[in-house]
Formats: sequence, structure tokens, C-alpha cells
Amino acid sequence: MNLQFVVDGLLAGSMIGLGAIGVTLTYSILRFSNFAHGDFMAWGAYATLAVVGAIGAMFGKIAPMAPLSFGWPLIAAVIVGMAITGLLALLLDMMLFARLRAKGQAIIVVMASFGASMALRSLLEFIFSSRPTYFSRAIQIAMPVGFGIRVTPDQIALLLLTAVLVLGVHLLMTRTQTGRSMQALSQNAALARIVGIDVAKIVRVTWIIGGALACVAGVMIGILIQIRPFMGFDMLLPMFAAAILGGIGSVPGAVLGGLIIGMAEAGAVQLVGAEWRAAVSFIILMSVLFVRPIGLFGVRER
Amino acid sequence: MSDTTAQQRANTLTPVLTARNVVRRFGGLVAVNNVSFEVRSGEILGLIGPNGAGKTTMFDLLAGSILPTSGDILLNGTLVSGEAAHRRIGRGLGRTFQIPRPLPNLTLIENVMLAEQGQAGERLLANFLTPRRVAAEERAAETKAIELLELVTLARLAREPARVLSGGQRKLLELARVMMADPAIILLDEPAAGVNATLLEVIIDRIRDINARGITFLLIEHNIDMVTRLCHRVLVMASGQLLCEGTPDEVARDPRVIEAYLGGAA
Repeated sequence: MNLQFVVDGLLAGSMIGLGAIGVTLTYSILRFSNFAHGDFMAWGAYATLAVVGAIGAMFGKIAPMAPLSFGWPLIAAVIVGMAITGLLALLLDMMLFARLRAKGQAIIVVMASFGASMALRSLLEFIFSSRPTYFSRAIQIAMPVGFGIRVTPDQIALLLLTAVLVLGVHLLMTRTQTGRSMQALSQNAALARIVGIDVAKIVRVTWIIGGALACVAGVMIGILIQIRPFMGFDMLLPMFAAAILGGIGSVPGAVLGGLIIGMAEAGAVQLVGAEWRAAVSFIILMSVLFVRPIGLFGVRER
Repeated sequence: MSDTTAQQRANTLTPVLTARNVVRRFGGLVAVNNVSFEVRSGEILGLIGPNGAGKTTMFDLLAGSILPTSGDILLNGTLVSGEAAHRRIGRGLGRTFQIPRPLPNLTLIENVMLAEQGQAGERLLANFLTPRRVAAEERAAETKAIELLELVTLARLAREPARVLSGGQRKLLELARVMMADPAIILLDEPAAGVNATLLEVIIDRIRDINARGITFLLIEHNIDMVTRLCHRVLVMASGQLLCEGTPDEVARDPRVIEAYLGGAA
């Protein structure tokens, strides 16, 4: 069999994993499934696209950094895009989720996130139209790396970026007071408050991290596939499957879950056909829920 | 001569914690009714009274878990009545609970380190922009946490998750956690309750040690032996009001106190 599915799976897994980190953190710290998380990805991609456009308008045409398909404007734009998406998540929380959370019923917040998801997506269609667009239309030549596998320079760069980001978030969670506070809050909000943790601040940090990583995932999809308003919504099922497979609240779990789902999808495309791709996340999600509901790295409550 | 200057200094010294005409109602019930007192710097002050006297509500008010219906709470002379609990911790107020509940899946050392205040690592961007400084602070905090765990005789369990601790050990862990925030005053809610005699002696010794470092204590306790041994002064509460205050001996002889405990039968 052709081993190309390994690279495809790693890439899909990176996109799913970066999104799943946000899903798992919001779920464990704010205790609700945010169905608008996929739309943060799309917003991140469009925000980055807009900033690239603005840089292009200011500085003229800038040649890509060979052998990549993009130049420094995209890198600068991603950083700005991460900030914008983080702030968007924060704004959505302030305007919508925080108010509903105060009323104390999780299901209302979940339903509100569905509404927010539709509104965010429609807003993108309104502003940018639903026609797919691209960061670059240049065609990259994939290099053979042995075992019948071919990769493009963009793909290598994005895999490295994912590794750096995941490592960064993992260190933040395990080696800093911010991360410790996030863990404490996910275990027990009331206790965390007693210990002297500023809960409102940790909630803000959670949204910013989730939004920023969703932006990177969105840009990855944009670079490797295409940008369209539904790009994030389509990632929702695999992201939730990855977060649950990895164990809610676990950052390494979310990433590993993402990679497993990405690989399984890519493998299924090759073995049983592309029409089964979407079924894979669903099957994995169901099996985890039946066999080990706390996931790979999950911790039983108390 | 030196005695008078010490006296004068004590008189001019701002009390660590002041309650001024504090009232807290829950619906029709007045849980704390017009209570005023001061906790002087460096003392161990006891707060006793029969069940339902309003002692724990008073603690909740002092620590900021609930806000007073009326009245003022001052911490080192600053009005804090409306401030959230975590801000008061930042100002030097530590508090333990009747039934201590550590974060079960964090290790002991992580539980203690959580309470450290004012680190650069609390700010999201600082963690990425000045990682060296954050790492250095983390090491310093870890050393401090280990020292505190040694102080409360839990150092050998430092890397275990807190869920393995017994009830008495949890009280010791709480003491270490509260100390991590460098408090000026610690409110202890029934440190002796549900603790075996050996561990109780450890707790009493540690409270003395910590007090000798200049940290003030306010202590709710039913164990009168412990109150007599530890406290310099005692406040007595009954039915939401302050009944009397004095040295442990004075209070023990006060007929009003005996009446409050025995419900008028004496």
C-alpha cells in the first residue's frame, strides 16, 4: 500500500489537533461544548487573508521565500490573525457566553454556541462571499522523500509550526502559574477561586489560546486546501472526536487524538474510499464513548 | 519606660484585620449581627461559640467569600469590604477551611505553588516573551513550596496527587498552601476537627512556629484545650453577636459564656 497517507494524515491531524486543543480547554475550563470553535478557524483564515491583502497594498508585491509558497507578509499576518481571532473569541464570550454562563445552565450555552456558529459563518459569507479563495495560487512541486512519500516544503513548514505550537502550549500548561491555574480551574472552579486564582483572567486566557490556535489551524487549511466560510464548520466533528479521544482537558491528548483521527481518515480514504472519510471520526467518537469515555489521557473526576 | 513605649507603639499600630459593625443577613436570618473587633498584629486570636453562632459566616465575610449586608472590613487599614476573595489573598489574608479540599489531581507541590501571588507567569504573554524569567521564578517558587511542605512534614509526599492525603494531612497541606502567598494573617477554621491526637500536636507546633515568624492568626476552634494553649485572646460569639472578649481564662470564667454554651440551663 502507498505510504502517502502518513503525510496526509499528519497534516490533517495537525489541523484537527490545533483546533481540538481549543475545544478541550473550553470544555474542561468553561464546561460547555463550543460549537462555534470551527468558525474561529474560518475567521482566523479570513482575518489573516485580509491582513496579507493590507500588507500587499502597503508594500507592493513581495516575493515568496523560496521554496515556500508564501513570504513574510503571511507570517506577519498569521501573528496579527491569531491576535484578532483570540480577541474575537474573547468578545463573543463577553457578549454572549459569559452572560448565559452566569445563569448556570450549560445546555443553553451550548445552544447559543450553535447560534453564534451560524452567525459568524453567515457574516463571513456576507463580507467575503462563499466563493473559495486561496493564499496563493502557485503550484508547489512535492519532493519525494523515500518509501513512495512526497511532501511539499509548505507541508514540512506547517508540520514544524504545529510541533512548536503544541510544545509551547504544553510547556505553558505544565510549567507556569497560568497553566497550573488552568488545570486547577478545570478540576474544580470553586476550589480554584479559594486558592486565590483570578478566575475571570484564566477564562480570558483560555479563550485567547483557543482562538489563536484555531486561527493557525484555519490558515493551515487555507494554505494546503482552500479558504471558504464552511471550512471550520466541517472540522467540527473531527475536532470533537479528537478532544474526546484524547481525554477532555488534556492538551497532549487533543493533539494525539487529532493525529489518530487524521491518520485514520487518510487511511480510510486509501483503503475503503473517499466517501467514508467523514464516517471515520464518527466511528472513532462512538467507540471511545462506549469503551473508554474518559479518553486516552482523561482523568476520572475525583 | 520601655514598657510604655511598647504600649504606645501597640496602641498606634494599625490592626491587621478590623471588623466594624459588620452585619450579614440571609433572608430573615441575621447570621452576623453588628460585630466589631480587631485582630492585633502578631497575636493568635481565638473565635469560639456554640454551633450556629455565626463564626464561619464571619470568616466568609472577612475572607471575601460573601459580602456584608452592611459594615466595614479593613485589612491593614485598607477598606476591603467589597473586594473579591482572590484580591484579599493578594493583600495578605490567608484562609483555611473546616473541611479542607485540595485539588485532587494536582500534586502536593502543585497545590502549594498555585497559591503563589504576583508571578510573571500569571500573565499569558510574559510566559512567551520572558521565558527565562518565568522559569527562574518557577524554580524559586518550587524551592519555597518544598520548604513549606517540609515545615508541615509533608515533603516526602510532594510529588503525589493530593487525593492520597488523609483528612489531617489535608489540613497541613492547606497551611502550607496559605503560607505560600506570604500572608500577614491566617484565618484557621477548626484546624483540630477530625485530626488524631499526634497530628494535632504537629498542627499546634506549626501554628506556634509560624506565629513566631510574625504571622497573625485568627482561629475558630471547638477544642478548648487547644484554644487555651495557643490563643493570646479569645472572642466569643453567640447567635450572631459578639458576647465578650478576653484572655482564655477570663472568657472561661465568664457566666455569659457558660450560659451561651449550655443554653441557659446553668
